[in-house]
Amino acid sequence: MSKTVKEDAILLNAMHAAQARFGYLTDEAVAELAAAFGLTRAEVVSIATFYSMLQMTAPPPVCIQICKSAPCHVAGAREVIAALEAELGITMGETTADGRYRLEYVECQGQCQDAPTILLNGRLCSGVTPGRVSALLREGVE
Amino acid sequence: MQETRIALRNMGKIIPGRIDDYIAAGGYEALKKARLTDRMELLELLERSGRLRGRGGAAFNTGMKWSSAFAVDSKEKYIICNADEGEPGTYKDRVIIESDPHTVIEGMLIGAYAIGADTGYIYCRGEYAKSIELLNKAIAQVEEAGLGGGVKLSVAAGAGSYVCGEETALLESLEGKRGEPRLKPPYPTTSGFRGKPTVVNNVETFATVPCIVEKGAAWFRSLGADSYPGTKVFSLSGDVVNKTCFELPTDVTLRQVVEDCGGGVPDGKKLKAIQVGGSSCAFLLPEQLDTAMDFDSMRAVDAALGSGAILVIDDSHNMVDIMVAITSFFAHESCGKCTPCREGTYHMAQVTQKIADGQGTGKDLELLKRFVEYLPANCFCPLGQSAAIALASAIKLFPQDFAVRLQKEDE
Repeated sequence: MSKTVKEDAILLNAMHAAQARFGYLTDEAVAELAAAFGLTRAEVVSIATFYSMLQMTAPPPVCIQICKSAPCHVAGAREVIAALEAELGITMGETTADGRYRLEYVECQGQCQDAPTILLNGRLCSGVTPGRVSALLREGVE
Repeated sequence: MQETRIALRNMGKIIPGRIDDYIAAGGYEALKKARLTDRMELLELLERSGRLRGRGGAAFNTGMKWSSAFAVDSKEKYIICNADEGEPGTYKDRVIIESDPHTVIEGMLIGAYAIGADTGYIYCRGEYAKSIELLNKAIAQVEEAGLGGGVKLSVAAGAGSYVCGEETALLESLEGKRGEPRLKPPYPTTSGFRGKPTVVNNVETFATVPCIVEKGAAWFRSLGADSYPGTKVFSLSGDVVNKTCFELPTDVTLRQVVEDCGGGVPDGKKLKAIQVGGSSCAFLLPEQLDTAMDFDSMRAVDAALGSGAILVIDDSHNMVDIMVAITSFFAHESCGKCTPCREGTYHMAQVTQKIADGQGTGKDLELLKRFVEYLPANCFCPLGQSAAIALASAIKLFPQDFAVRLQKEDE
């Protein structure tokens, strides 16, 4: 396989960059990565889908990811999840009927000093309480 | 309880993004000293005199690792920093990098010199955007200051995979593949990145190296436990007053960490359990608070120091709920390479959830007990081998928590 990129290029860095540019790993992004790294498109998809930070489909306008690891659980993640589910009228893993909000789990973010942690469109929100959920969702819309 | 800071010696004292601050605090002097030292002497300093043991969890002798890579005749060698900190409850590497990225880089450059590597990578978990930015900036500053000594360093961002913290999975990922672990041996020191001799060390390990080179092995050995000298950075979380990092000599006790530094359990509640080392480790009971926090003392009580994460749990929790969080973590993070782990972690999480929901019976608990024996014996890599340790420990130490959730069995 001939590589058209320089020998020390790092595929994951290129995948992050492509995702930042396209919003997710679109067919176009996959084709570009494949050409640049001397891989087939199937190989690029096989690699990308291994990593949970890399997305193969367009994310909803507001993606809410809640850490469910043990430290966040001990700090009250379950109550935050209940508040989010009540506020949006969906359960974890679902998207609202208007396609606007999605609730999903995420693993430990390494912010356990200020748990529970949620990611709002990738932005870190620490020390979340059930009472703060409404305000955070409004921010997510802006 | 006074902290003894080595890896965190500059925390709060310097602006982390400024190399001039680091140099003004004595930074890069150890690197200059190391480069004037004979390699064998430097390796000896770390291996036999200093006895620095890896701070990522496995506690392997760092000097021995370096010596092993040094001994291989190869033009191409690599030095790699494992900054893929993903063990739940662990955030010490992030705090080290965010406080002082240059100490990590200085440790890597000393390592590169010692083994004869001219290329290095920092594999930093993708979630740590600030750390990645600081490290990239620090590398640029090192190059500009002419301190690189011909060693090319780069940062690779992980993308949300816990197993990539295992060194061979990390190497696979760095090579642009799925992060599935390799069979060992060969060990990375003989066949690592792209099949070449490679040293992979944890952030905290590298951050400790400059001080040992500067102050000497005798000084380092005077701190902490004999078999695991120096300090350890602990990251506290859960039901404890001070949720932050503390760097302490390794001969402190768990009580000193949790009560003196951590301030104990808040709100007048009672301590129920402590999980030292992260989700892949066992629970300790309040009566074990006087255990010393070095690698071997923890192992002697069937626990593990691991990454130094300390999750404090008060008596308002049922351990089954915590086990739902832990078992589902492993089910999510299993890479799928080997069947025992892929299927085992999945079923373990399902059955634990069933019991937590009050739908389980004694038969389900018996099934869990089989899993906790099956996984360590059959899984390919440390992820699967340790995925059931916490569950085994919870079942053994807190049988009542499980019993109250079980349904009566049909006769």
